Amino acid sequence: MATKEIIRLENIRRNFIVGNETVHALRGVSFTINAGEFVTIMGTSGSGKSTLLNILGCLDTPTSGEYYLDGIPVRSMGKNERSVLRNRKIGFVFQSYNLLPKTTALENVELPLMYNSAISARERHELASRALDAVGLAERKNHKSNQMSGGQQQRVAIARALVNDPVIILADEATGNLDTRTSFEILVLFQELHDRGRTIIFVTHNPELSAYSSRNIVLRDGKIISDTPNDHPASALEMLKKLPVESD
Amino acid sequence: MNLTNLTKIALKALNNNKMRCFLTMLGIIIGVASVITMLAIGQGSKRSIRAQIAEMGSNMIMIHPGNMERGGVRQDASSMQTLKLNDYQDILDGTEYVSACSPSVSSSGQFIYGANNYPSTIYGVTEDYLEIRKFSIDEGSMFTPQDVLTSAKVCLVGQTIIDNLFPNGENPIGKVIRFNKIPLKIVGTLTPKGYNSMGMDQDDMVLAPYTTVQKRVLAITYLQGIFCSALTEELTPQAINEITQILRKNHKIKEGEDDDFEIRSQEEMSSMMSSTTDMMTILLACIAGISLLVGGIGIMNIMYVSVTERTREIGLRMSIGARGIDILAQFLIEAVLISVTGGIIGVLLGVGASMVVNLVFNWPVYIQAYSVILSFFVCTITGIFFGWYPARKAANLDPIEAIRYE
Ligand SMILES: Nc1ncnc2c1ncn2[C@@H]1O[C@H](COP(=O)(O)OP(=O)(O)O)[C@@H](O)[C@H]1O
Ligand SMILES: [Mg+2]
Repeated sequence: MATKEIIRLENIRRNFIVGNETVHALRGVSFTINAGEFVTIMGTSGSGKSTLLNILGCLDTPTSGEYYLDGIPVRSMGKNERSVLRNRKIGFVFQSYNLLPKTTALENVELPLMYNSAISARERHELASRALDAVGLAERKNHKSNQMSGGQQQRVAIARALVNDPVIILADEATGNLDTRTSFEILVLFQELHDRGRTIIFVTHNPELSAYSSRNIVLRDGKIISDTPNDHPASALEMLKKLPVESD
Repeated sequence: MNLTNLTKIALKALNNNKMRCFLTMLGIIIGVASVITMLAIGQGSKRSIRAQIAEMGSNMIMIHPGNMERGGVRQDASSMQTLKLNDYQDILDGTEYVSACSPSVSSSGQFIYGANNYPSTIYGVTEDYLEIRKFSIDEGSMFTPQDVLTSAKVCLVGQTIIDNLFPNGENPIGKVIRFNKIPLKIVGTLTPKGYNSMGMDQDDMVLAPYTTVQKRVLAITYLQGIFCSALTEELTPQAINEITQILRKNHKIKEGEDDDFEIRSQEEMSSMMSSTTDMMTILLACIAGISLLVGGIGIMNIMYVSVTERTREIGLRMSIGARGIDILAQFLIEAVLISVTGGIIGVLLGVGASMVVNLVFNWPVYIQAYSVILSFFVCTITGIFFGWYPARKAANLDPIEAIRYE
């Protein structure tokens, strides 16, 4: 498979001014990510993971350094351009799902496409329906978000991240709110998506999860301290089978 | 930006909060309903007053001898003898804007027929008087110019006179009634007009040739008044101008001296009435407008609460690609939907309330299309105006902070 470069970071720095102090959240981060990689980003709390992910997700702009997403330089872009870029090229998964309340799974998944006027209502239904099939929620399309379990809600959120066929899926502590078993179910889903060719960046502070990705980047104090490929990721599915089934 | 989608989004959000939505609308509903009802009542009374004035002849002009000082002593208008027959003749011959003209002399007293008698007033006039006062003949006919020339002892009677002198339902035509011992033969009856806006019974009168009243009843040669009609209500000022010129010339009034006569017109009265009712309408509309303003502030308040409450939702929408303007539009559409829906309900309620006022209190109401259109317009503006700041606040949120908001 010809490897296509999706993300290129060149000496990214991000400073926050708090009062009269400057917080250096990122102090010169550089790496490239190719299509089809499943990258975990680890580090202790406050190491700059979320700041990095916000920059990767075009929600934030670096203080200095260059960022190319799918070949497009992001640093020089305006707010609106970045919004459109997020809408077309990025899928977000958050720790706390962030689904709209009192809204069905299908409508939640349709949401990103509502902001893309090139897509008709019929296409929107079709794509959202397929994304829900892909995360194993074919039967629950019309359930309201508040009637679902945490694991199901996160699946809906993943379907929402998939629906616009993004070049990259960004997950920030996507399993942070879930119990071990459900976490592994979600991890299985990410591995499936990866097997189907999706590019994923998965931020977590849980070091155990690095075994399941194809590459692991570790941050400390805003710098990369290790960047190691993993040629033989463990199967999350195997692990899930070994987990005791909770019965209470 | 896709307005259809944004409207769908806004509708969905409103649908999720029906009760709050309705309560917010309530301010607008009450505001608009009161605007519509107040204007309907205001316009209704204006129209009914105008209609009554028109019934009395909206182009009528009345000329009376004016207050005049003689050696410092003010004279009673009725005792003044400045209006003469030649004034009437000159108005009749020398004007362009006057379509009808009649002298007027009157006397009050007892009318007698057989054993029945009734106090009323006899008006001495010419045939033109019918046109000027918008009277019409019910039965019989008007007296003739010949009757005027010969001071004929004939008269026309109004319904009130008939009711009182002929209580048994006899046909009054051809009967002879007496006034001040003078026998008058009834040649016609007047179509009943009822009471006018000042509460005067317009059927309580007897009409006779002015010469008859002048010579046989009052024994005078001057006129107590002259009644005219302008060609149209709008031409009344021109007609008054012509009449003034003629009378000043006839009475030899020098430049700078006051008139010794007084001209009043229905037009003047109706515009006075209109301006009073217009003032009322404006006042009512202001009160109603204030309640609409309060409704608008209600919308702003709720929109602010809503933006704060939905900070995370806004953050999420932004992170999946909503631009600031999409968020702004969504909240503006929400505000406008609330205010316009409130407006529609308010209009319906206002129309209903106007009808109830009309039916229950028997007040005249009139709903003008413009007040409905104005209400919608104001509602939309209210929604945009009071929705703007909350919506802008939402649009300016930082997505990173918004999505973390607890
Ligand atoms: N908006 C901000 N303003 C000020 N400081 C911030 C802001 N966002 C993050 N930081 C600081 O940057 C550092 C990195 O934060 P973050 O990226 O959230 O770490 P992580 O996600 O790895 O826990 C922390 O010291 C944090 O306090
Ligand atoms: Mg974090």
